[in-house]
Amino acid sequence: MRNLVTALLVFCGCAAAADNAAIAIRNAKIVTVSGSVIPKGTVVVRNGLIQEVGENATIPGDATVIDGEGMTVYPGLVDALSTWGMPGTAAAGRGGTGRGAATPAAVATPAAPPARGPEDRPSTTSWIKAADEIQPGDKRIATARGAGFTTAAVWPTRGFFAGQGSLIDLLTGEKAGEMVLVPSLGQYISLTRTGGGGMGGGFPSALMGMISYIRQIYLDAGHYQLVRDAYAKNPRGMQRPEYDRALEGVLESKRILLPANRWVEIDRMIHFAAELKQPTIYYGLREGFEDRSVKYLKDANATVLVSLKWPEKARDQDPEADDPYRQMVVREKAPTTPAVLKKNGIKFALYSDGLDAPRDLQRAIKKAIDNGLSREDALRALTLSPAEIYGVQDRLGSIEKGKIANLVVTKGEIFDDRTKIEFVLVDGNKYVPAPEPPPAGRGGATAPTDPNGVKK
Amino acid sequence: MKRVFLAGLIVLSPLGAEVTVIQNATIMSEGAKGTFVGSIVVKDGKITEVGDKVMVPPGATLIDAQGQWVIPGIIDCHSHIAVDGGVNEGSVSVSSMVNIRDVINPEDIAIYRALAGGVTSANILHGSANAIGGQTLVLKMRWGQDAEGMIFQGATPGIKFALGENPKRAGNPQGGRGAPATNARYPATRMGVEDVIREAFNEAKAYKATWDAYDAQVAKGEHPIPPRKDLKLEPLKEVLEGKRFVHAHCYRADEILMLIRVADDYGFKIKTFQHVLEGYKVAKEIAAHGAGGSTFSDWWGYKVEAFDAIPYNAALMTQKGVISSLNSDDAELMRRLNTEAAKAIKYGGLSREQALALVTINPAKQLGVDNRVGSIEVGKDADIVIYDKDPLSNYSKVQKVWIDGNKYFDRDSDVSARPSKELEKKKLADKEKVAPSSQGGAPGARRPQ
Repeated sequence: MRNLVTALLVFCGCAAAADNAAIAIRNAKIVTVSGSVIPKGTVVVRNGLIQEVGENATIPGDATVIDGEGMTVYPGLVDALSTWGMPGTAAAGRGGTGRGAATPAAVATPAAPPARGPEDRPSTTSWIKAADEIQPGDKRIATARGAGFTTAAVWPTRGFFAGQGSLIDLLTGEKAGEMVLVPSLGQYISLTRTGGGGMGGGFPSALMGMISYIRQIYLDAGHYQLVRDAYAKNPRGMQRPEYDRALEGVLESKRILLPANRWVEIDRMIHFAAELKQPTIYYGLREGFEDRSVKYLKDANATVLVSLKWPEKARDQDPEADDPYRQMVVREKAPTTPAVLKKNGIKFALYSDGLDAPRDLQRAIKKAIDNGLSREDALRALTLSPAEIYGVQDRLGSIEKGKIANLVVTKGEIFDDRTKIEFVLVDGNKYVPAPEPPPAGRGGATAPTDPNGVKK
Repeated sequence: MKRVFLAGLIVLSPLGAEVTVIQNATIMSEGAKGTFVGSIVVKDGKITEVGDKVMVPPGATLIDAQGQWVIPGIIDCHSHIAVDGGVNEGSVSVSSMVNIRDVINPEDIAIYRALAGGVTSANILHGSANAIGGQTLVLKMRWGQDAEGMIFQGATPGIKFALGENPKRAGNPQGGRGAPATNARYPATRMGVEDVIREAFNEAKAYKATWDAYDAQVAKGEHPIPPRKDLKLEPLKEVLEGKRFVHAHCYRADEILMLIRVADDYGFKIKTFQHVLEGYKVAKEIAAHGAGGSTFSDWWGYKVEAFDAIPYNAALMTQKGVISSLNSDDAELMRRLNTEAAKAIKYGGLSREQALALVTINPAKQLGVDNRVGSIEVGKDADIVIYDKDPLSNYSKVQKVWIDGNKYFDRDSDVSARPSKELEKKKLADKEKVAPSSQGGAPGARRPQ
């Protein structure tokens, strides 16, 4: 396989240099995010890391030099909550609560007997790590690169305790392992059923049942830890505590993600998180623009992930349908949420929420900008902010010496409609995005392969 | 929108030391003073003076209610409004682990509509799909507040029980609505419903004993590992300790007597029987147990167990010494509980005061909040409703509603604000027509793989 790739590289006329060869992009505008913009400078990349950046950075003799005249270099974008590369998942973070929430994924899992109560640990796979489930062949990985994304926090999303997220680089690799930056980011909690609810459908079926279930799990985890530790200290004469993988998975998760879209849910989940005593990131935030939401989030010093899937009128809606005023207000105002959060100093990042076509992602980000978010802040919310939220700002999120060489090189401003992404670097590997096909009808949405995508 | 929201905040902000005096009204106090023409003084959210003549403090806001009627805020002892994500955790026969408190939806428009019908407090119950249902609580209809702000602080929390058809329905996949044949749930009979309740309390007693033993050890200065906290059994332990009220959905006389026997066996009390359509047959026994009866005025016949009902039920139970109330169980009926009460004058010959008591002071007693609400008396919360006409007439309309001395509904402001709200909505609609969907091509709406 590798031979074939090498052969292809040679065939393409690209330099098939040794593993540690450098790439230098010179004469380019460099938007570092962490510092000021360098109007004309050079970035040198080696061994997957940024070796040097600056106006007068030295270009090593062995470097493949790319003339960046007229180009801009940005840090690679990070999707803060994603399912790219995850098998059989619903779009992450679609999570309203209860009614009107995400449709279950169209993946077949064998029907489990209905849960009789919390003791059956319904819809709980807390021990699963996204890193262990990655499918490197997922076409969305290449597609997302076409929109400038180089990194994603990917999460298992099926179930109340769906499992632990991982931070991955969007490589087209042979081994999933080389993609992983952080194997466990925390626990993804959703408040939507993936099975049949209602009478006889198994516990829990109502929102209040789900909340009660999560509460019981944390009580159980606390008790489990107590008993487990006591036994480890002095097993003699003590009955052996039962091993519970669901609780083990919960205990090893250092933070949780909770869904909160409406202001009512934001309020509710902030109260809930305080009760659970878990470091929490709230995701969704459809009504984050509301004065009350801002107040709750500020008071709680909360960190949030804002869905880029802005609410819109259903495409096939009866034109005569009379939508509630409230719903119309939310549709109008939801895209102002990032600007409002920024203004109020609330830590946030943006996430794809099921969008993966570059054109849709770009439009969605542009919509936030059109609704008051500055370009700089939009870029930050997709680079350094998610890196900080997940505690990896020491290696990701900006163009600085020693950081991972994830870069996007464009002609034009990154979030403009007409901007062309020339190429991206992921871990120093260069990928040239395929041109996007014209929008197809329903079902014609299959992502293109990445024929020009070349990995070095 | 922001303007509307801010306006809302101003209306809702606490009045502080402001004083309001409602004057010249016909007051049905439902307290010792009966019905009279006079005034009410409201200060710091409480009623500080009531009488035909009151001292008007300087600087007080005066409301002339000449020709109008004033009653205490209506209390609905059985409602399911303001709940997010389903009122039934219907998957299990004992769902005591769930709590309405977790899913309060302060945005439910039914709250505002109830308010516009004179309701100021409501007992928000879990559904009736389970022999032992979820935990319940009392809300005040403080429209505009957040979930926490809706809660009637100080009111004893409750738990829903349910007898008869509903809790056994999921056990009968053949005839049962919504129950897949493969997942039939115990119980399937009335006998089974009783068994489920008894088994749950057997568990709860053992659980309580474990915790009591632990507490005793701790009191002796020992440091044992605490027992596992079980959210299903905690509220039942509270029932055994008298810290949580049981509100039991029921219809037939035999099942009412059954539950009284079960409660006696385990040493707890039923606070209210809900619906209790055959309550008139066993009113003496209900009164002897000390339970209340919260029923419908004339709503029945919707299933076999609800056939043997009469509109005299509330009156007959009242006459046998049962604290009785009329409830709505429905967001629409909730808006006109005043006329539901009036029916008990025609059917059963209750006095006007006794009839109104069915939706004011009696439900207050049933919920253990009669020291706070339910009548217009000095020291009580200023939960007050002004009607333009006799509140027991179906021609009367609610004009103003106060909760804790704050005005939450004003018919004049509501009516006058309608055109501007319509206009704002139209503006948004027009804007959407001009700017079609910018995001959604089909490719964006890619299905999960």
